Amino acid sequence: MTALVIRGGHLIDPAAGVDALKDILLKDGRVAEIASPGKLKSVEGAEVLDATGLTLAPGLIDIHVHLREPGQGYKETIATGTAAAAAGGFTSVAAMPNTTPVNDSVEITRWMQSPERNASIRVFPIAAATRGSKGETINDYAALKSAGAVAVSDDGRPILKDSVMREVLVAATRAGLSVIQHAEDTRLTQGASMNLGPVSFKLGLRGMPAEAESSMVERDIRLVTELRDPRAHLHVAHTSTAAALAAVRQARRSGLRVTCEVAPHHFLLTEEHVGLYDTHAKMCPPLRSAADRDAIIEGILDGIVDAIATDHAPHATHEKEVEFEHAPNGITGLETALGLSLYWLHKEWKLPLGRVLSLLSAQPAALLGLKGRGTLAVGSFADVVVFDPKAEWTYRATEGKSKSRNTPFDGWTMQGKVRWTISEGRIAYNAETA
Amino acid sequence: MNPTAPSVRRQLKTPPASASPFPYNPGSLLSVLDLSLEGVSKILNRATVLEKEDPLVRDRILAKRRVALLFYESSTRTRTSFELAAKSLGADTTLVSSLSSSIEKGESLKDTGLTLRALGAEAIILRHNSSGAAWLLEAETRLPVLNAGDGMHEHPTQALLDLRTILTHLRPGVETVDAETLAGVTVMIVGDILHSRVARSNMLLLPRLGARVLLCGPKELLPEMAAQAGPGIVIERDFEAALRQSQAVMMLRIQAERLAGLQLDLDEYKASYQLTGQRLATFAPSSVVLHPGPIIRGLEVTAGVADGSQSAILEQVHNGVAIRMAVVERALTAQIGGRA
Repeated sequence: MTALVIRGGHLIDPAAGVDALKDILLKDGRVAEIASPGKLKSVEGAEVLDATGLTLAPGLIDIHVHLREPGQGYKETIATGTAAAAAGGFTSVAAMPNTTPVNDSVEITRWMQSPERNASIRVFPIAAATRGSKGETINDYAALKSAGAVAVSDDGRPILKDSVMREVLVAATRAGLSVIQHAEDTRLTQGASMNLGPVSFKLGLRGMPAEAESSMVERDIRLVTELRDPRAHLHVAHTSTAAALAAVRQARRSGLRVTCEVAPHHFLLTEEHVGLYDTHAKMCPPLRSAADRDAIIEGILDGIVDAIATDHAPHATHEKEVEFEHAPNGITGLETALGLSLYWLHKEWKLPLGRVLSLLSAQPAALLGLKGRGTLAVGSFADVVVFDPKAEWTYRATEGKSKSRNTPFDGWTMQGKVRWTISEGRIAYNAETA
Repeated sequence: MNPTAPSVRRQLKTPPASASPFPYNPGSLLSVLDLSLEGVSKILNRATVLEKEDPLVRDRILAKRRVALLFYESSTRTRTSFELAAKSLGADTTLVSSLSSSIEKGESLKDTGLTLRALGAEAIILRHNSSGAAWLLEAETRLPVLNAGDGMHEHPTQALLDLRTILTHLRPGVETVDAETLAGVTVMIVGDILHSRVARSNMLLLPRLGARVLLCGPKELLPEMAAQAGPGIVIERDFEAALRQSQAVMMLRIQAERLAGLQLDLDEYKASYQLTGQRLATFAPSSVVLHPGPIIRGLEVTAGVADGSQSAILEQVHNGVAIRMAVVERALTAQIGGRA
């Protein structure tokens, strides 16, 4: 493998406490050397990238994406999804198991990571917690872990039965895997297609109450409490309500290992963005009230939120061009997460750049125990994003790398333009040749 | 709010929702909110003019223009009324219903709409069981779309014909309306508000003319948040107290097809909310009684009230044809004639 030098850039590596101009040498897929500008020792024969005026950071990590393979390649493939990820500055994604068939097996877990998938970046499968994600029978977590699974989840199909969820937590803890719960009491959300409130009433749509999320988070926290095992790790996916966030906050104060992620659409948009039945504003959990959105922002700023994750959920155009209540849930997110986070969290809401980047790399890496990722300390994987932090640009969904176009952020102003994304020492995205 | 939530709230700028691009076509009538009060007045005026017009003259107004009726739900009043209205202006109409069409084979609303357009339809009148369907159809076809009822959302021509009926009784002779026209008038809407598109269109239209809208019904059918749908909307759960305040009483059917598992004790419902001759005589002896139909006699209203002297139910049906003539005419002439 050839060596790569990135020269003249400003390195921000929150996990290593670095925030300075640095040159960096990548070799054999790892970070080989970091030095002050012009001081790298062994650069002979290395390809050189000039990052003058640009920022270098650990490659971004999205722990919640839907790559749609196997089985739904018309929406996205592992190749197109990871190309979109690389364009968005991501070097690792954790792929949810709601594929066709559901990823509840060693075979599918391996298949997803096979070189034949032509992934641009690293894909970490999240295996189904239960057989077929039906919420009944526990899968073989030890086997799934050795095949490469980094967590278990029945994303989209929450585990309702207390007894099953308890068993999942016990088994995952024994295997050393995190449990990611899509917190939704589906008994309260039957037939609903947006947040329950005055807006859903006015639009004549059945609504999902905030309690459908918070009650499930509270139930899960109670189960974790009862386990009395400090290794048990519950991770709350796409937290969308003030009440659920408050429950996580309380659990953390009690010393439990309960973490949560937030999606950009939940810190930016509210139920008002549904407008007149815009199916690009339909996802689950739904866009919530302004009070919930404000609580989510506050949670990011005060540090209770552990990670930004996109819940990248591509759908074909024709699937979204239908009656609102019949449209599938979800929007794409990989190509807009960094631009939206830098524009809103950093520029508008003054969250320091290092903390924004940490929410997109170091913290999600720590959450799922992705060793050697989320930092650029010497010896780490050579996963790097190089971007122009000052560049403002307009996102156009039609120019995206994802196979799908279902985004509410088409035409939005983004801050920070990715120049290169480097995955394990290899250039996965180059803005000039993209 | 949970006591452990942060107490400090920062004032942050957040991205606003973008302005609505609807309606794309000036001839469309998707929501009562698409109409200015001037636009409402024009429709009321044209309804009267067209109603009085010599049928042979009227027949030439939209001679041979093509109007499609696309119905995904069964309907007697609305469908027949729109069809008679369009035909009496000379238009050719064609009916496509979800049964006996390619919709049964799984054709999408978008494709059905584009097909109708390719067949030469110049406007589509849509009745659909999904809220928002009319917006989807308009966005995809860019034709004038008349919303003849979308799910639990809106039924704008019903609100217009209800307004015409209310005006006839409470403001006889008035056809040009403004923000004061119904000042001092209370209109109560009773029953299954949650599932009612008629209620939503009326509660969004009538307060703009100065009326107070009183919503009445049990919690299961009338959530508190209904009062936040717009200005001038108040909830009064006590049926008799509401009757005492109202000059117009609009009764609604319980929409069994939309209850989605909700269990209702019908005897209890009747005891609390049925409009009986006795209640009407005692609490609202001079009020006008409306009902969008279909009526379930003996449930929300007694047969005596439905057929009684205060009932304007058949007048409403009659007004429907006149209002829909005006709305269909507007749909097909909005661009050419420039009428709002």
